[in-house]
Amino acid sequence: MPSLKDLKNRIESVKSTRKITKAMQMVAAAKLRRAQEAAEMSRPYAERFAAVMGQLAASVGDSDTAPKLLTGTGRDQTHLLVVMTAERGLCGGFNANIAKLARQKAEALVAEGKTVRILTVGKKGRDALRRDWSEHFVGHVDLSEVKRVGYGDAQRIAKDVLDRFDAEEFDVATIFFSRFQNVVTQIPTATQIIPAQFDAPEDDGATTLYDYEPGEEEILAELLPKGVATQIFSALLENGASEQGARMSAMDNATRNAGEMIDKLTIEYNRSRQAAITNELIEIISGAEAL
Amino acid sequence: MADTMQFDLVSPERRLASMAVTEVDIPGVEGDMTAMPGHTPTITTLRPGLVRARGGEGEGDYVVTGGFAEIGAEGITVLAERAIPRGEMTQAHLDEMIAEAKAARDRAKEAYPNEPGPVDDAARLLEDMVAVGSHIGLDPKQASL
Repeated sequence: MPSLKDLKNRIESVKSTRKITKAMQMVAAAKLRRAQEAAEMSRPYAERFAAVMGQLAASVGDSDTAPKLLTGTGRDQTHLLVVMTAERGLCGGFNANIAKLARQKAEALVAEGKTVRILTVGKKGRDALRRDWSEHFVGHVDLSEVKRVGYGDAQRIAKDVLDRFDAEEFDVATIFFSRFQNVVTQIPTATQIIPAQFDAPEDDGATTLYDYEPGEEEILAELLPKGVATQIFSALLENGASEQGARMSAMDNATRNAGEMIDKLTIEYNRSRQAAITNELIEIISGAEAL
Repeated sequence: MADTMQFDLVSPERRLASMAVTEVDIPGVEGDMTAMPGHTPTITTLRPGLVRARGGEGEGDYVVTGGFAEIGAEGITVLAERAIPRGEMTQAHLDEMIAEAKAARDRAKEAYPNEPGPVDDAARLLEDMVAVGSHIGLDPKQASL
């Protein structure tokens, strides 16, 4: 049985833990709001972009001269998995879920006899995959110095990916990130970015016929690399919001658990104190009776 | 035909403008154009330059560095890689853009020593960038090129 002093120390330590988790929860809540706003702001661009690209892609279609970023290299032997996770932990299952999805995909690809290459963004995903997949790593993007993810960061990652594509290091690229649904739900998602996939425009007969300056294919060739950057950017923002949401609910749980623990320990502390007092009284009384 | 049309200017990071206007100047890659309501539906890529929106609810000048514009039946959407309201444009911004364009040109020169195409493209981008600078009255620091 722990002594009174031990219990007291224990209670104090849990109390300070609770203070920390509470603070982290509030910080995450504030950051979440900002991250959500950023994700919201980027949506109009991404949506318009996808719509225009969809139109272009549909009209250029399968022509032989269509850019490789759209049609692919004609093979699907080598896959690049871009695993985007957070730089920090303490956010529940956020990093683990993304890593798990990536691992499943990688295992499936290897089982099919494909070559897998992994590019990690964010330290935590790298750590999670290091044990089994480190020989597949081709690179790592460090965002730990970045306070607020900007389009520039996405461009940097996109450039890295595109350079590798130009060097024919891979045929198909997929990004892994977590889609933000709400504070308690974040869905780990895999999206193929190369070759590009776009929703075909709704063919309701009223589709506008556009003039293109310069030609359709030139525009497409210029826009496709930007499309990669745009998709990576939205994934980064979704990830940012998801991370903060996951951390917020994880820290909320931790705070509540700490509270429960404090209650339990306090009851135990009071009981042992009472027991000690009762014991002393018994000793005094029986001592007095013996006289 | 409507007298005004919807004009949206969005960059990946934020929506800069959304208003009804009567005309918009667009720095298209094959030349500047002014779009007014009823313009033929067009999609064009942009070169660095000034997007000017006039009339209607308000007006605004924006420095854009590239991207594309979609002129449709309902209005104009400019998707700029990077867009800065002219009022917020500073020397520091310009220096940074020019430096970026210069780096891109040098990279192109290195990567394609025997093909003039990409190098010319990058050099034109740089010239456009410099032209924007002198156009809005900032010092493009030509001497350092």
